[in-house]
Amino acid sequence: MVSRHDLSHAFRIKGRNFSKAGSVSIDIKEILRELGIDPAIVRRAAIAAYEAEMNVVMYADKGEMILRLNPKAIRITLEDEGPGIEDIEMAMQEGYSTATEEIREMGFGAGMGLPNIKKNADVFELKSTVGKGTSYNIIIYLNSTGKT
Amino acid sequence: MRVCPTQAIRIKNGKAVILEEKCIDCGECITACPNEAIVALTDPIGELNRFKYTVAIPSPALYAQFGRSILPDKILTGLKKIGFDDAHDLAITCGDTSLAIEHFLEEYSGPKPLISNCCPSVVSLIQVRYPQLVDHIIPIKLPKRLAAKEIKERKSKELGLKPDEIGTFYITPCPVKMIAIKQPPSEEECYLDGAISIADIYGPLLSVLESEDKGSYRKSLESICILGIGWAVAGGMHRTQGLKNVLDVSGIAEIIATFDDIERGKLQNIDLIVPYTCPQGCVGGSLTVENRYISYNKILRLLEKLEQENVEACRDKREIRERYRQKYFHMQQKYEPRPIQALDEDLGKAIMKRERKQRIYDSLPKVDCGICGAPTCLTFAEDVVKGDAQLSDCIFNVPSRFKELTGELFRLLDTFGSMSEGKGRKPRKEKRRKKS
Repeated sequence: MVSRHDLSHAFRIKGRNFSKAGSVSIDIKEILRELGIDPAIVRRAAIAAYEAEMNVVMYADKGEMILRLNPKAIRITLEDEGPGIEDIEMAMQEGYSTATEEIREMGFGAGMGLPNIKKNADVFELKSTVGKGTSYNIIIYLNSTGKT
Repeated sequence: MRVCPTQAIRIKNGKAVILEEKCIDCGECITACPNEAIVALTDPIGELNRFKYTVAIPSPALYAQFGRSILPDKILTGLKKIGFDDAHDLAITCGDTSLAIEHFLEEYSGPKPLISNCCPSVVSLIQVRYPQLVDHIIPIKLPKRLAAKEIKERKSKELGLKPDEIGTFYITPCPVKMIAIKQPPSEEECYLDGAISIADIYGPLLSVLESEDKGSYRKSLESICILGIGWAVAGGMHRTQGLKNVLDVSGIAEIIATFDDIERGKLQNIDLIVPYTCPQGCVGGSLTVENRYISYNKILRLLEKLEQENVEACRDKREIRERYRQKYFHMQQKYEPRPIQALDEDLGKAIMKRERKQRIYDSLPKVDCGICGAPTCLTFAEDVVKGDAQLSDCIFNVPSRFKELTGELFRLLDTFGSMSEGKGRKPRKEKRRKKS
């Protein structure tokens, strides 16, 4: 159901580029705020987008995030090219992380990323092919009171 | 125009105009403007005549404006010499509030990190740009308000005057504190009657100040509240309490970066963030006189001295705890968000407007020249979509206007009969003239 009232915006994310890390989620936050979306929902979307973005920065080579918005929901999809996730069930558990020592030293890779996306999204689907990449589908409904 | 962190300034007909809804009263523009075109609305000293009895409540930043041999009690005496009936040492009330904040942190279990409300500009920034963080602001009253209320109540009893016959004046290092008095960021009742800028009072005060001699120095030192004097500088507020897990942030760009992190769910293991919009804290305010690094240093040395000499001079901790229990420090109302207006109330229309904004922005030169009167090409595109500016205001964007101007130039040149120069360079000349 795509109408001309829908918004669609694509962002490119580069893997290993820590200096720019987080800028996509800031852009997404700005866009949603400008459109008058409820601040609590903007925050949930910003956190989910940030965690997904950081996963690309930390583990993948590159990725493309697409923000879509219609009067009912925010949808954020992300396709990355990278090592993929071997065991999605494990990865979804809090505290589970495959981050290197180097990334942990920077304060990332605490194993909270994917669980955090799940917590803030109404729908979160994750598909991955080892050696190829991972795709994320995140939906946050605009009229929901939120799960937080 | 470009220094404004919330893009609230536009140039209209050659004059700077501030968009109220976007302004957070930080004072960056006042500091930056070389022509002093933007001035703070503080009260003149003459305002004192309106009251039967006047009390000065100086920001601790005032204590850092003078030489190291001049301690707070001499400055308070000086204030009385230049026309105030009394002067209250706000550092003591700040000290009380520091303890209250400590109690609040102990029993707090909500979302972290908490954010100090000591800088009203930060509170406005949160209300405007980070509406979802308002619940993080500490709901403890500001020292200057507590002090003003206490003074009015005490003095009216002592002197048999009505509270509104007593004038309480805050001596302010920045314009925002002035505005926070006239329009408090929350609906809290305000007992302050006015604010006088440090810059305005500096000259008169300097001429009546006396240096400490050896005998009085020690006594003066012993009157300083170590918990409160540090409020004037970033990092000073909680230094003596030894609170761990507190971050001190100063400077608007740094604060924005930190708040962005909080919004992304980071910094949750931090208890408290103490942000000051002005670099180095209140001593860096746009209405101060002394170099901010010098005055920062002065407060720091003073704190060290007090630590060394074991001087505390703050009010009794048990008394403060008792007051805290009685909710003396608690704000009655919570801070409310005041988010920037969306492009349109209807989401569908807002999306269309955003797309139009993007198209306009794509067509602009993106050099942020500022000739149109907006600080950046992006804000200009937004203004056009909102109907506050016209596309033809951009001199790069409209070739027809450019042609028109070029034609006008040629006609002018014809009139003066000077056609000797190469024609190719003339349009550029015209452009430059239009800029100035």
